[in-house]
Amino acid sequence: MIALQVVVGGLLLGAVYALFSSGLTLVWGMMNVVNFAHGDFVMLGMYIAYLAVVALHAGPLVFTLLAALTLSIVGAVVYYLLIRQVMRGPMLAQILSTFGLALLVRYTVFWFFSATFITLPGSALGGSIRLGGILIGIPQLVAGILAIGLTIGMHLLLTRTTLGSQILAVSEDRQAAMLMGIRPDRMQALAWGLASASAGIAGALIATFYYLTPTVGESLVLIAFVVVCFGGFGSVPGAMLAGLIIGLIQAVSAYYIGPVYKDVVVYALFVAILWVRPQGLMGTA
Amino acid sequence: MRWAWVVLGGVLLVAPLTFQDPFYGRMIALMLLWAVLASAWNIVGGYAGQVAIGHAVFFGVGAYVPLLVYTHWQGVPLLGIPVGIAVSVGIAVLVGVPTFRLLGHYFSMATIAVAELIRLLVTNWEFVGAARGLGGPGTGRTIWDLSYRSSIPYYYIFLAVFTLVLGFTYWMEQSRMGYYLRAIKAGQRAARSLGVSAPRYKLYAMIVSAAFTSLAGSLYAVMLGFVDPDSVFGIMVSVQMVIMAALGGAGTLIGPLVGAALLIALQTFANSLFGGQGNGLTFILYGGIIILLSRFEPGGLLEIWNHYLARKRRKEGTE
Repeated sequence: MIALQVVVGGLLLGAVYALFSSGLTLVWGMMNVVNFAHGDFVMLGMYIAYLAVVALHAGPLVFTLLAALTLSIVGAVVYYLLIRQVMRGPMLAQILSTFGLALLVRYTVFWFFSATFITLPGSALGGSIRLGGILIGIPQLVAGILAIGLTIGMHLLLTRTTLGSQILAVSEDRQAAMLMGIRPDRMQALAWGLASASAGIAGALIATFYYLTPTVGESLVLIAFVVVCFGGFGSVPGAMLAGLIIGLIQAVSAYYIGPVYKDVVVYALFVAILWVRPQGLMGTA
Repeated sequence: MRWAWVVLGGVLLVAPLTFQDPFYGRMIALMLLWAVLASAWNIVGGYAGQVAIGHAVFFGVGAYVPLLVYTHWQGVPLLGIPVGIAVSVGIAVLVGVPTFRLLGHYFSMATIAVAELIRLLVTNWEFVGAARGLGGPGTGRTIWDLSYRSSIPYYYIFLAVFTLVLGFTYWMEQSRMGYYLRAIKAGQRAARSLGVSAPRYKLYAMIVSAAFTSLAGSLYAVMLGFVDPDSVFGIMVSVQMVIMAALGGAGTLIGPLVGAALLIALQTFANSLFGGQGNGLTFILYGGIIILLSRFEPGGLLEIWNHYLARKRRKEGTE
């Protein structure tokens, strides 16, 4: 029974990993730009949820929407002000720019909130239910189901709508897309907004049961890298599957080896994959 | 150009005479330590163009081994230096061989992941002191413990190592390897089509870079007499090396020294002005500096200076 409990818990957290990793993989596959600040965007989502609860007594729906909206604006602004120019520059500038962004975001939040671990006050979402002999927290359940739903939604948006086709067209061939009357800048800004919103929502969702600390983004972005590496660059379904697997691996290793080793196992797996299949588990290159 | 080097050498040699105050003595010693580190990173990051963000591993290994030698066998810490270098080079090969076949971001990510992996392992490994870290000899037993109260002797030790790195980098710039690395940086495919073995030369650059970083780590540990996982294996160590080199000018001889001097001064004054909060503020500033650099002048400050000189020369030419 305990094993089942561990598995379900891992899958539910893995669903949230899937959600924010699908944003990272979208931008990565589309523009070949890695957003090192993606984990810090998740962290921003968490703190927006916290602020909304403290200042506005907002409910879960309101603070999740608020996080999505704020982060999508942040994403689009970052694209227009920074990424658009840096993309054409040398590799060092590309990597450093989002890394600098990560530091700026992380330590600005640190400056205001200090490193203290906090949790959402009077948890907006609480309680747990007993399903088939195992205990599942309501916040985890809601977050997991919503995250999977949104990840599937993102996949459908990209594959079934005109907007999605336009985004994919730009990532396939910028020039050809322009000739078809698509504005690449607008599409790429949209992709950044979408990707950042996925991080913001994921942050708001896990804020209901996760600890909040300004440096949490550092480990989250590494998890997202591993997920993207597993699932193939640019593949949302790949990220979804890989996110669930990573969540599962973390939960199992935390329970059977020890909580401090849950990240060790994931990073070691990542390094092992780089050795065996440097292009990613499901990727081609 | 030659007299500029003489002036620089002279300034570096007599600097401690003007900075006799312990506060400033420590500051200039740290400047040179970081100049060594940034220059070491510059070999693989600047010249070969491979943006490693995990050099804290080499620094940490270099810092830990000498204090391990002392803690477990009461040995002279200096004996740990070659062991640290050997381990660091081993890790460099282990990380470099698979990732150097790939381009770009991959290498950066792999280096971060390996650095975090090793930091977590060290934090939970009792033999190396786990989260508490390790201490060195409280007072020097023999001259070989290199235990001084003043920072000035360390300043000169770092200066010697800095000269060594600079000498190597200068030699490399002129040699076949330097040409190969520049070719790889400009376009790996083109370089390979002309017969340059890109993975091999990138690996050479990485090995040398790791060895110097490890050596600097050992000397840092000997100077401080204490290490813990976060202060030497933490990701900020890696990031600082990158920023300093990039700020001064990645892929230039003297850029890392310029960047290190500026940022250590900034950090020192931020810490003394804002106390404990200084650290957070320093990192906010770092973030801002990196963003502005990569957005407006990826070549670093030396590039701005060169632009200025070129413009001035052009103006003189037209008059």
